[in-house]
Amino acid sequence: MIVVDNLHKSFGDTKVLKGISTNFEKGKTNLIIGQSGSGKTVFLKCLLGLFNYQEGSIAYDGKVLAKLSESEKRDIRAEIGMVFQGSALFDSMTIEENVMFPLRMFTKQSKSEMRDRVDVVLNRVNLPNAHNKMPSEASGGMQKRVAIARAIVNNPKYLFCDEPNSGLDPKTSIVIDNLIQEITDEYQITTVINSHDMNSVMEIGEKIIFLKNGLKAWEGSNETIFKTENEAVTDFVYSSNLFKKVRKMYIEENE
Amino acid sequence: MTYLHNIGSYFLMTIEMFRKPTKWSVMKQLILKDIDDLIIGSLGIAAFISFFVGGVITIQTALNIDNPLIPDYLVGYATRQSIILEFAPTFMSIIMAGKVGSFITSSIGTMRVTEQIDALEVMGINSLNYLIFPKFAALLLYPFVISIAMFLGILGGLAACVYGGFTTFESYVYGLQDDFIVFHVVYAFIKTLVFAFILATIPSFHGYYMKGGALEVGKASTTSFVWTSVVIIVINYFLTQMLLS
Repeated sequence: MIVVDNLHKSFGDTKVLKGISTNFEKGKTNLIIGQSGSGKTVFLKCLLGLFNYQEGSIAYDGKVLAKLSESEKRDIRAEIGMVFQGSALFDSMTIEENVMFPLRMFTKQSKSEMRDRVDVVLNRVNLPNAHNKMPSEASGGMQKRVAIARAIVNNPKYLFCDEPNSGLDPKTSIVIDNLIQEITDEYQITTVINSHDMNSVMEIGEKIIFLKNGLKAWEGSNETIFKTENEAVTDFVYSSNLFKKVRKMYIEENE
Repeated sequence: MTYLHNIGSYFLMTIEMFRKPTKWSVMKQLILKDIDDLIIGSLGIAAFISFFVGGVITIQTALNIDNPLIPDYLVGYATRQSIILEFAPTFMSIIMAGKVGSFITSSIGTMRVTEQIDALEVMGINSLNYLIFPKFAALLLYPFVISIAMFLGILGGLAACVYGGFTTFESYVYGLQDDFIVFHVVYAFIKTLVFAFILATIPSFHGYYMKGGALEVGKASTTSFVWTSVVIIVINYFLTQMLLS
């Protein structure tokens, strides 16, 4: 579990995060949603330790990040898997080498053990024959799946995804969403997804945090989001006619 | 103020580059790859330029020494001195700032733009050590490139001299051997090693700390070439002052 308490982050005079408190539970897909510029990416980068913050605390299973030594932070980072918006695959390596990379860096496994593990995770993301391809030869959806495989290859305790569906067609987006949810459930990972894809919100949002202007404006799940009267959330989530109709139908069905 | 900030960041980067080392089995492969990219990949252009510039230096020297009181062998002597003292270590380094430096800046800059550096950091890897140290280690072989440049420059001079009919083979070789000071070669290699460090770190700095997209990668490559050249020229002056005067 990741617990965030009163997190503040500024760039110069610009306050981006203004006191966010929440927690991300183990074995659940936790979604951070909000408009562009609401502070989602900065929040995610603070969680990952890529940005330092001015006030508040972040604790990974009771270990407060700010109080840890560099080597303790490194130990935590070795337990983190990350799927970047643009996949961030190393373009000088094949897909197999990309997926094998965390194992080469952090384990003492033999080459054959590493190959076996890579086979397992590439099969898990439905890419059994992609080993020798270069990332540039893979489609956007394939690259995302390789990024997921790389993120889970070392059995992480925490999985972070930044806009995992950006640039993907709706069908591939659903495949990626389902894959992330299945992996979260299967490996009991604490998953945090930064998204503004409403399909993801409805499909896999077991816990949803809505950010607005650097503040947590709402917190709930994909079930409670249909019922909420919070104006900021309804303005954002139900801005399209399609989602307005879906919400109406959901409320009518459940009345 | 920005310049001071950048100079400070550059020195912090060079310190950080040696800390938290990457696993040796991985680092070894990175160094070998960078030796292939930066050293072996530069041999062709270095050989080609050195040979022809050596020839041009010889022709220019021969054409300007038309006084019958000046002996012919001075053509070989002047070519040797020009190539060993300045052309091979300094001007070859400026050419390499364009070739190797742009490659380093654009490859690291592209990794920054595509979040590959963030991916390394998230995994708990010291990205400065992972990306820059192998380039620094590979460029410790840079004196090897410069030795070849020296040899081929002198050989190019010999070819131009003999086949151009400016002087005889014996006279050119006599000039090469005349008043030879070993320290001049040592001085050239000291400069080469300092320039190797500059060639590895300044382009890396510009790539690593760049912000923006593809256009900015191009701009960073240009800026890195300019600053690498400027620093090489300035350091060359101070090293010459310290070591030769």
